[in-house]
Amino acid sequence: MRATAQAAPGSLVIAASRLGVVRGLVEFRQTLLSPAELFWTLFINVAYILVLFFQRGHSVEGSSLALLTLPSILGMSVAFGGAQGATSILATHREDGTLLRAKAIPNGMTGYLVAQLVVTSLTTVFGIVVVLIPGLFLVGGIPSAGVGDWLSIVGVLALGLLATLPLGMIIGSSVKSAASGFGLTFLPMCGIVAISGIFYPITALAGWLQAIAQVFPVYWLGLGMRAALLPDAAVAAEIGESWRQVQMIGVLSVWSIVGLVIAPSVLRRMARKESGSVMEARRERALHRGY
Amino acid sequence: MTVMRELGEPAQNAAADGNETVIAVRGLRMRYGSADVLRGVEFTARRGEVLVLLGPNGAGKTTTIEILEGFRGRSAGEVTVLGVDPAKGDERWRARLGVVLQSWRDHHKWRVRELLHHLGRYYRPYATPGRPRPYDVDELLEKVGLTEQAGQRLSTLSGGQRRRLDVAIGLVGRPELLFMDEPAAGFDPKARRDFHDLVHGLSDLEDTTILLTTHDLDEAEKLADRILILAGGRIVADGSADHLARQVSAEAEVRWSRAGEHFVHSTADATRFVRELFAQYGEDVADLEIRRATLEDTYMALVHRHESGHAEEVASL
Repeated sequence: MRATAQAAPGSLVIAASRLGVVRGLVEFRQTLLSPAELFWTLFINVAYILVLFFQRGHSVEGSSLALLTLPSILGMSVAFGGAQGATSILATHREDGTLLRAKAIPNGMTGYLVAQLVVTSLTTVFGIVVVLIPGLFLVGGIPSAGVGDWLSIVGVLALGLLATLPLGMIIGSSVKSAASGFGLTFLPMCGIVAISGIFYPITALAGWLQAIAQVFPVYWLGLGMRAALLPDAAVAAEIGESWRQVQMIGVLSVWSIVGLVIAPSVLRRMARKESGSVMEARRERALHRGY
Repeated sequence: MTVMRELGEPAQNAAADGNETVIAVRGLRMRYGSADVLRGVEFTARRGEVLVLLGPNGAGKTTTIEILEGFRGRSAGEVTVLGVDPAKGDERWRARLGVVLQSWRDHHKWRVRELLHHLGRYYRPYATPGRPRPYDVDELLEKVGLTEQAGQRLSTLSGGQRRRLDVAIGLVGRPELLFMDEPAAGFDPKARRDFHDLVHGLSDLEDTTILLTTHDLDEAEKLADRILILAGGRIVADGSADHLARQVSAEAEVRWSRAGEHFVHSTADATRFVRELFAQYGEDVADLEIRRATLEDTYMALVHRHESGHAEEVASL
């Protein structure tokens, strides 16, 4: 009998998860060193900063509009980073064969999934930091934010990732190609962002639009970030003039639970279906499309 | 992650006697919709054997290999790979297999050595005293001829170099059984020769059982201990290249010339015919050539027989 084959399954999963973290860090470093990805990050952030720049002069309920928008952008970035990021990574890796390779090695899928959670989370945090730092200079700092507020930002960030990452993985597992994954997440996300009070207060919208927006995580992530960073007076621009912390945690938790319940079986089914010939067929399709 | 929850199963069959059957396939069927791709595939592979699976496009070679790899379900039949049904293979079973995948553009930002090292680490918990896992990465890179490219990004490799890395990744866990679907496609002659040496070394020195597919009949002849020809959803021939040639055509072709005139004669006993030829004409015989059916002749004949509707006859060979 093989001595080492007796190792407890749990310890093998832990070992593979550790390898997943290593892999995640390697891939995050590669992202940071990739000119194409850096350009994309820079491009998005320049756009955000420009928005803040033009909003500086306007004010809502006594606060500068730019000051309201900065935390909202952070909230939106968490949703984009989680849902869009996970979708695109998974769809791309199914298409290019990364996932099949993970499947061909023992405990490879465990390592792979842990790695993608690490990469997506780090990329999202990185994206937030690069908006936050120039943003803070532009709005002239957020005087009221203390240690507790920064901690609640971390909390909203973590809950936001939990609410959106599994969702992204479900979509990424279900789409036929990376391109359709992008189409399926990016455009709807833009629509949701438009009604979620990110770039202007949600109270300016019609009641039914406000109702729709409150179903999705984007609004609540924006609200959570604003609650953490803005002075108390800014609550006047919110629905019901309240930060609604309990509802925020509630809605994001529901999204997290639904995602975490559905994701494993969707991922398992997707993984089971991967094979060389499925990959080859996808590759043929991609070559026909010309990219 | 719950995705990997198959680990708890007990270790199935890990006996390691010398003449162990590594692959056993009986009555394997695969049906897609109303199309039967495999209709009763049967074969076995013993430890250390190199099996080459040949067959026309669409014959089901890839389907067969994917079923054995545990990447695909099957419609019917009994399949055992390293003592385990691939449909129920756990991670411990997976660790004993090597799969050479046709890579495309995965991991393009990774460096060659970095990736091989990373993937190898997954095998470390599965090392045994007789089979250290993973392979030493530098030794493996040298074996596949990628030492100079060790620090390069995958995106900068040529097609042939990527293919060699695919082979290295398939080997990094020091597998007991290695699957390769068209491994040498795109190799230049030198790389091809090195690859053949590598395959011989694996089966001789490491006792690795190898199942590969190819379209290159010359390669099949050089590598295979046994050749399997898959046509019409069945294995229509199973044996060494020589053995197959004799099954299809017992006759050899003898060519010679005498006094400037060229002759051709087909005979079942070439040795005897030539002995008589010399007895009769002695030194007048020139340009003597005896040609047995090549693997290509055999393959063409078998596939043709099958395609022209004599499948039953071929299968009974």
